[in-house]
Amino acid sequence: MDQLVQQFFNIDIMMRAWPAIMRGLGMTLLICAVVIPLGLAGGLIAALASTAGSRWLRWPAMALVDLFRAIPPLVLLIFVYAGLPFAGLRLSPFAAVAIAFLLNNSAYYGEVFRAGLISVGKGQWEAARSTGLTQRRTLIHVILPQAIRNVLPDLISNTVEVVKLTSLASVVSLGELLHAADLARSVTYNASPLTLAAGVYLVLLWPVVRFLGRYQRRIAV
Amino acid sequence: MSNLDRFIETFLNGAVLAKYTPAILSGVWVTVELSVLIVIAGTVLGVALACIRAYRIRPVSFVIVIYADIFRALPPLVLILLAYFGLPNIGLSLSSSAVLFVILGLTLGAFAEEIVWAGITATDKGQWEAARSTGLGFGQSLIHVVLPQAVRMVIPPLTNRAIAITKMTALGTVIGVPDILNQATTAQSFSGNASPLTLAAIAYVALFLPFVILSRWLESRFSWKKG
Repeated sequence: MDQLVQQFFNIDIMMRAWPAIMRGLGMTLLICAVVIPLGLAGGLIAALASTAGSRWLRWPAMALVDLFRAIPPLVLLIFVYAGLPFAGLRLSPFAAVAIAFLLNNSAYYGEVFRAGLISVGKGQWEAARSTGLTQRRTLIHVILPQAIRNVLPDLISNTVEVVKLTSLASVVSLGELLHAADLARSVTYNASPLTLAAGVYLVLLWPVVRFLGRYQRRIAV
Repeated sequence: MSNLDRFIETFLNGAVLAKYTPAILSGVWVTVELSVLIVIAGTVLGVALACIRAYRIRPVSFVIVIYADIFRALPPLVLILLAYFGLPNIGLSLSSSAVLFVILGLTLGAFAEEIVWAGITATDKGQWEAARSTGLGFGQSLIHVVLPQAVRMVIPPLTNRAIAITKMTALGTVIGVPDILNQATTAQSFSGNASPLTLAAIAYVALFLPFVILSRWLESRFSWKKG
């Protein structure tokens, strides 16, 4: 028991790792600030393409979405970070993370948005168009607000997954939360910095997970 | 044309591919084996916990909810590193594959519990009452009447989650599990060529694309329920 506390909950070591872990948290938040808007934008484009009337747009879009849903994000990240330099394209860890996550997240957000777009009845399109709104305005003012409201829980839960996914950036030595904690772990030979990082993720994400559970149950009723 | 040649030589180099295909195939086996074990263990754990929760014994449900919340809120890679580097120091040495299996199994278990539980609570109350009134006990009603309907309802989200989590077996690379990605990165650094990574990506697509398409089919198959 003593050893367990010493190994996982060593306050001394946690205090020493604290500043580095807070810097790591800053980087995690920065990655989120870049990757979440990019993924949402990419997802929206993917969803519009995969629900388009023309099959020449729809089928390739769906194929791409499925392709990037089938490749593990870490494989994509390592391919971008370690593979592309062979083609003369050397990216910083941050750029590699941004590109790999853009591809992966667009596919997932795309599926969520697609479900939302499909959930809005055709009559909404027809009614809006018949009042004289252009196609673009119909989409922005009539369809999207309803579509987004219908899939809001899924959008939020996907965003939780994206935040968790940023921990993969540690593999390409981008100094985010997990990387900072693991560095401290390897210097101190003690797992407490990792426990601390886990605690930070919990503080960040637990409230959202809790809230989502209630929200989804309310909708199910 | 020379650009295309260079591209092929870098990313689809025949000689490199031929040399490292056996290694990557051995990685495929490791990935498949771990994935199957994780899906079975995680699903069984999730269904079992959701059933236990149906008895609504307060302290027990509380523990299940805390477990499910923690494993849904934490990035699996954090838990993998924590278990792999922390546990040996308290005298519990697990192999890297065992750590990956335990953590991802528990992660899928947490999500599966929440999904199946949502299905159980969404099952019509009349089903419980009808089952009980025919003389079935609580446990019998749960197993024979409610659970089959609940599971049917939650198959699409459960499939999606199972795919997402089995894809995470690639995280095992970080602690040295000899899976597809690990074999590929090793081969890439030995050969100084990116082709093994391409092969790895192809292997993952070949493994997972059928399931992604299956999940799409399941979703459209079950979507009429929403009306």
